[in-house]
Amino acid sequence: MELTGAQALIKSLEMQKVEVMFGLPGGAILPVYDPIIDSSIRHILVRHEQGAGHMAEGYAQVTGRPGVAMVTSGPGATNIVTPLADAYMDSIPLVVVTGQVATTAIGTDAFQESDITGITMGITKHNWLITDGADIPRVVAEAFHVATTGRPGPVLIDIPKDVAVRPMEWYWPEEGDLDLPGYHPVTEGDPALVADAADLILAAERPVLYAGGGILKARAADSLRELAERTGIPVVTTLMARGCFPDSHPLCLGMPGMHGNYTAVTAMQRSDLLIALGSRFDDRVTGKIDAFAPGAKVVHVDIDPAELDKVRHAEVGIAGDCGMVIDELLVALDALGLPHSEATRGGSGGAPSDAVAGAREVDGSPAARFPRERLIPWRAQLSEWQHRFPLVYDQQPGSGSLKPQFVLETLRDATPSDTIVASGVGQHQMFASQWWQFDHPYTWVNSGGLGTMGFAVPAAIGAKVGRPDRMVWAVDGDGCFQMTAQELVTASSERIPVKIAILNNAYLGMVRQWQEMFYGERYSEVYLSPDLPDYVGWAESMGCVGLRVESMEEVAPAIDKANDVDDRPVVIDFRTDAFEKVFPMVAAGASNDDIIVDPSLTRGDGQ
Amino acid sequence: MSVYGADKRHHTLTVLVENKSGVLARVAGLFSRRGYNIFSLAVAPSDDVRFSRITIVVDVESAPLEQIIKQLDKLIPVVSITELDPAVSRERELLMATLEAGPDTRGQIIQLVGVFEGKIVDVGHDRLTVALEGAPIKLDDFEDLIRRYGIVEMQRTGRVALPKLDRSGDGGPHLLTHTAPVHHTEKAG
Repeated sequence: MELTGAQALIKSLEMQKVEVMFGLPGGAILPVYDPIIDSSIRHILVRHEQGAGHMAEGYAQVTGRPGVAMVTSGPGATNIVTPLADAYMDSIPLVVVTGQVATTAIGTDAFQESDITGITMGITKHNWLITDGADIPRVVAEAFHVATTGRPGPVLIDIPKDVAVRPMEWYWPEEGDLDLPGYHPVTEGDPALVADAADLILAAERPVLYAGGGILKARAADSLRELAERTGIPVVTTLMARGCFPDSHPLCLGMPGMHGNYTAVTAMQRSDLLIALGSRFDDRVTGKIDAFAPGAKVVHVDIDPAELDKVRHAEVGIAGDCGMVIDELLVALDALGLPHSEATRGGSGGAPSDAVAGAREVDGSPAARFPRERLIPWRAQLSEWQHRFPLVYDQQPGSGSLKPQFVLETLRDATPSDTIVASGVGQHQMFASQWWQFDHPYTWVNSGGLGTMGFAVPAAIGAKVGRPDRMVWAVDGDGCFQMTAQELVTASSERIPVKIAILNNAYLGMVRQWQEMFYGERYSEVYLSPDLPDYVGWAESMGCVGLRVESMEEVAPAIDKANDVDDRPVVIDFRTDAFEKVFPMVAAGASNDDIIVDPSLTRGDGQ
Repeated sequence: MSVYGADKRHHTLTVLVENKSGVLARVAGLFSRRGYNIFSLAVAPSDDVRFSRITIVVDVESAPLEQIIKQLDKLIPVVSITELDPAVSRERELLMATLEAGPDTRGQIIQLVGVFEGKIVDVGHDRLTVALEGAPIKLDDFEDLIRRYGIVEMQRTGRVALPKLDRSGDGGPHLLTHTAPVHHTEKAG
């Protein structure tokens, strides 16, 4: 069967079971847009190529399937560079197709030519420039394979216009036809290392499970829960891992890091064993690395061998898929006699005393000394910290100054527990991570590694496309919203009913916070204005429902109203207190021991 | 003065890569964006048309060798990486230099090239172009000695290397195998 390169490309995407793609056509990609008319793939026309990339990311994060975006050459391609970099940092599987000028014009500075494979070399897992139409099906199959296996990540396929136009003989490659002689991702952990890890776990007195985004990528939330419940070891969930272990679980300590809560941060600092599962010792988690968790041995599990020993030496470094390694670890712990105690199961279980009885049954085995009995003092210490240093804010009724934390708590309580929350980057992101209760995996979509402002609106749209059955709220800042708000036109025209909560403090809030705390309150280029633009008018002009909330009393009714809208997007402009800062905080470059908690917690006790 | 020296800063990696366009850029780009220093680099086709071999001498003071190897291994077109310890490998490099060679010094230069078993590859009225192949340390010595005559232009190729052969009788090449965490980098199949 003879097809054009363009037809072969679309057919290849269909063969990969692509249901939806996000994109915007242009000159060089024109031939590929023609067969889309006859394709089963839904194409969502964005208003800016960056939106296509973030939508694909949001879609991928909530579905676990690769997000697909297609754009034209030159500016179309460079506009999607930010989402590629974002997806690379957060290990999100994306397949981005870019048009390219004809092969005969490459290198001549032709109209809308850019060397996008060169530009994106360092921010994709791999990329391909197709110069022969016969390669199209094989390259598409390779691209999806590379994007979704091993450590997931974005890939890019650059297709010159003449290659798209010329005919080729259609085929679909078998798995053995893929030409990837250098690609063999690891999956299973080395059993000897897993056994070493089990020994360290049974010997630990102050262990912490340091769960990262890899748990979600590996679909390993259930395995993690079993490990935590059977060992009684508390869990911190990084910004990329929120929801992989329920916040409501008694063993959950919440988010560590620069704006993590006191207990999660300090538990890691005082730990004698960090069990890092799909986490990568990011500088926002560790603070000053030399001062991070000084007394801890490290078991580090990551599917990317290069993460092991990159930042922090691991006593036991296991290259492998988190889910498989945790399951191997559970078997190894079984072999060492760790009991299966029903009393340790279930969200409400896990009190230290429950498991002690279970442990006695196998008296004499190594596990009899472990773990819960020994963890009683540690768990008691953690409880004491939780009691002493909770997250706090002070919302006075009728005071006129609306606290962002109050908005988030009200929103959290007024929405289903499996609501998907997307956020931008800044104070609102940290408030959302702190104050939401994430009890389900794949309900938190954010830009963690790259910190891309403007991520929330398009990511929420992509998430809603992937999970139309779920309520999707974007929590955004006013600065972020202005970067990508035009995609609400996409959402309106495609009938994608996302809801946007703008925490409008009229500032680039996080920068403002740093200027207040570390630059002597010298505010440089951070003021935005609460009224310019008029967010309600802007939302309405984009086909959304626009609401404004200025006082505490208006919060819940506005959210209820928004929740009732199901045929178009809703934007709520929450006018929040510009002076509110995110606490706790570890200053950049400081030790996590020097965590700054909310000033109200330290008044009077001299800390 | 020895630019290569026998110090422990420099390790030789031979990297088998797919023979596709842009692969060198991927390798060089990785070193650049992760802040690793390349000391020398040589690229050539291998005996298999599908693959090329890149010999990289890396500065391990810029980053730990294992991290460099593991990051390199993540590049999709990289098929295998072998670390060659200078103690168990044969290393060669080519040096070419054009020297000032007036009547007073021409004879001395020809003699020196003879001692080093190099070659005179071009002759001008008052200049000579000489070539010398050998172990990098030998080239260092030669370079030191010719400098006094006046180097007009000089090029060195960067080193290539192969493992020393095993003389114990079982025939196999004497490869320095990777330590445990990077053993997977031998993945040519």
